[in-house]
Amino acid sequence: MSAGPASGCDAPPVGIDGILRERGQREVFCGLTGIIWLHRKIQDAFFLVVGSRTCAHLLQSAAGVMVFAEPRFGTAIIEEKDLAGLADANEELDRVVTRLLARRPDIRMLFLVGSCPSEVIKLDLSRAAQRLNQRFSDCHVLSYSGSGIETTFTQGEDACLAALVPDLPFTDAHQLMVVGSLPDVVEDQFLRLFADLGIERVVSLPARRSRQMPAVGPNTRYLLAQPFLAETGVALEKRGAVHLPALFPFGAEGTTAWLHAAAQAFGVAEDRFEIVTRPPRERARKALAAHRTALTGKSIFFLPDSQLEVPLARFLAGELGMRLVEVGTPYLHKGHLIDELAALPPGTLISEGQDVEKQLDRVQASRPDLTVCGLGLANPLERTGLSTKWAIELVFSPIHGYEQAGDLAELFARPLNRRDVLRV
Amino acid sequence: MQLTVWTYEGPPHVGAMRVATGMTGLHYVLHAPQGDTYADLLFTMIERRDHRPPVTYTTFQARDLGKDTAELFMTAARDAYERFKPQAMIVGASCTAELIQDDPAGLAETMGLGCPVIPLELPSYSRKENWGASETFYQLVRGLADKTRRPPPAVGEAGPRRPRANLLGPTALGFRHRDDVVEITRLLDQLGIDVHVAAPMGATPADLVRLGEADFNICLYPEIAAQACSWLERTFRQKTVKTVPIGVNATREFVAEVCEAAGVMMPGAVDQGRMGWWSRSVDSTYLTGKRVFIFGDGTHAVAAARVASEELGFKVVGLGCYNREFAREIRAAAEKYGVEPLITDDYLVVEDAIAAAAPELVLGTQMERHIAKRLRLPCAVISAPVHVQDFPARYSPQMGFEGANVLFDTWVHPLVMGLEEHLLTMFRDDFEFSDAAGPSHLGHASAAAHAPAASAEPAPAAETAPAPAPSGRDDQASATKQPSGWTDEALAELGKIPFFVRGKARRNTERYAAEHGVDSITRETLYEAKAHYAR
Repeated sequence: MSAGPASGCDAPPVGIDGILRERGQREVFCGLTGIIWLHRKIQDAFFLVVGSRTCAHLLQSAAGVMVFAEPRFGTAIIEEKDLAGLADANEELDRVVTRLLARRPDIRMLFLVGSCPSEVIKLDLSRAAQRLNQRFSDCHVLSYSGSGIETTFTQGEDACLAALVPDLPFTDAHQLMVVGSLPDVVEDQFLRLFADLGIERVVSLPARRSRQMPAVGPNTRYLLAQPFLAETGVALEKRGAVHLPALFPFGAEGTTAWLHAAAQAFGVAEDRFEIVTRPPRERARKALAAHRTALTGKSIFFLPDSQLEVPLARFLAGELGMRLVEVGTPYLHKGHLIDELAALPPGTLISEGQDVEKQLDRVQASRPDLTVCGLGLANPLERTGLSTKWAIELVFSPIHGYEQAGDLAELFARPLNRRDVLRV
Repeated sequence: MQLTVWTYEGPPHVGAMRVATGMTGLHYVLHAPQGDTYADLLFTMIERRDHRPPVTYTTFQARDLGKDTAELFMTAARDAYERFKPQAMIVGASCTAELIQDDPAGLAETMGLGCPVIPLELPSYSRKENWGASETFYQLVRGLADKTRRPPPAVGEAGPRRPRANLLGPTALGFRHRDDVVEITRLLDQLGIDVHVAAPMGATPADLVRLGEADFNICLYPEIAAQACSWLERTFRQKTVKTVPIGVNATREFVAEVCEAAGVMMPGAVDQGRMGWWSRSVDSTYLTGKRVFIFGDGTHAVAAARVASEELGFKVVGLGCYNREFAREIRAAAEKYGVEPLITDDYLVVEDAIAAAAPELVLGTQMERHIAKRLRLPCAVISAPVHVQDFPARYSPQMGFEGANVLFDTWVHPLVMGLEEHLLTMFRDDFEFSDAAGPSHLGHASAAAHAPAASAEPAPAAETAPAPAPSGRDDQASATKQPSGWTDEALAELGKIPFFVRGKARRNTERYAAEHGVDSITRETLYEAKAHYAR
């Protein structure tokens, strides 16, 4: 299998570390978007964006449709009188929160989520959270920023989880912590595997209810389930927790490596690890084999979106034989991705940041079989005869672990299969 | 601060994008942070556009603030001009950029870009999407229209020419704008009138330059074009046709107004479509007095109320709009139909109003579609904001005589059909034909479409429907309190009343009981109340 930019594409300038860094127009969501899945994960939490009509419109558009009558997120829209100083923004915020909590007494955790406008006018939401915590004893108020000037898409989850860490209770118990919000079905699969491996104490961050958030301490070893949790990792380490570096749990190999890192840290015998992981690993391989014909040898171009790009590229190249034209990522955390980067085919072009016009020029020059991109770009690329995969589906679908490896491959195979099926 | 969950309108710069995306040869440079590019997907996904909106976002970040955001804007504007070579550009700020006060207008002016640059001031913290679209179109028209242009002489060397009109208001992401323009262009052609420029959708900046060459303007969507039309009227003395041709009667009036503005004779026979006959035919008798709740943008809501009332024989039980700019029109119409006008952009208020009005049909936006789904009421969409399913592949205008045909079909389709409704009344105890099953032609997806009415009176419906109740109904039923004071026999009798009036019968009976100090509601009370309110 070959790697690197396809011929015909002007070689873009890369840094000494072989990584292309660009800046210009970014076609990505901001960190507020994470609310769409975070509010489903933490089932008694409400996410209140303090922002503009644009923020509200973004959440509505990214969520696609109004799925829930009264979802557990909303926007406190800053109005002209707040900016003109006619209304004290803090008083206004207190008023909105009071009304909100009166209407939703079931809410136990409230996130005040900062936005671009609230950051620019320097509205201090952490102080507001402190103030509100004194007023409401039944609801824990926290704050983080999901603003586009500071966070890209999945970094919103990172900021949210990092905000949870300082308030986690202390424990010095030996325990494994799985960090990153996963669909419940996947989380339960992992918990069963860890139990079968004999790791007794396993906790998840975030928990599904606000009152069940895990404790943390110096004997906590944590596995990152998502590659975008840089700040959360730092916050956990401040609490004494120790990171278990590993591949991320995508595909049979990634999942095995990820589980193995925990097994080693918790002294699980190799034969036990083999006995526990072999059946699901074999199932995953079987499921992957079904998609190999469709994917092997096909070229793929990742536009930056969720920071999942590097681990997914490693999976697609390593386990399915796809050719990587360019792996774009909004932000490259070299520490957390050290194993992933090493596992990529040598010479793979990795780009960080984005200048969308130039990157689209490279897409058109290389004409990949599949382009992974945001919703704003997919149909325009399809119109030029390219097959695309919506990146956001990779964030919303269960794709981690052995049992989802086949589904993950299928997400990439589907657009190609569809192209072959259609006669229109 | 205003607490908002779902919004009817986006920020004003999204309105500007609707204008820019509808046009060709125009480029929009938007000073905005990362994340504001979400707006692209409205066009590429919801409307399935196969090109990116012609928008360049400067994408400034926290580290740029206080340093070089202005430089960032100028680089983006220069690059955009070089890459796209537009005929004209619009420049402006999104909500965050408005706060950092880089003055894109002033910056662009100093740059000497090779095309006209029209600056936009769209205050994000006080205005919304429709206003933004209207203001953008107005600024474009004002900035580009050549004031020296006039229509050619009515009689040239080749003889008399056809009158010509500008068709103003359609944008990207508009509700059926694509098909309305085709339908109205066809109608005008039948009247012997040419469309000079249709704008903004389908126009180039060069087309806007020659707006003054038309004899008159047609303001198809007042939300977007009213301001531009009034400027054109002042500047070029072009008449404005203001009747919005939604429905048979409005289209007839539109034809009359157009003919007068064009100075042509009213044609003897124009094909007026099937709507009138479909409505007069006997199967439609059952539509009489159907209670309909209408909410949307001001123009579509007022038009829908007229069609519902005059052309379908419905009873308007609620009327409102989310765009405050059209509150006056809504108030006037609401008075005509004897209902309270509802002017709000809070969908929770709209939901409460719909629940209270207990309509048999909801005509609204995609928000009302969701509300109606929750309340299990039939619904048809009549106005933006809309979703992907409201951009059909087929030709489906709202305007003109074909548009009226479409209205008949789409509004009547969600309802139970004529004779079926009577059969439901006759055989309401039939185990496989109960009203809980919903309209037979809508399949299983709509089963229990009328459950709120049914589940409000759970006992009889459940007893007479041994078939497993659709899930969801159970939750509803258990959540509904048994009315205090209702005897079993009265409840059973209530269950025999057709579902579409059952809610009303129940409320009337309870009100009657309360007003007359009746503790226990019996079968007698039910009929006493019926007689009382029948007067």
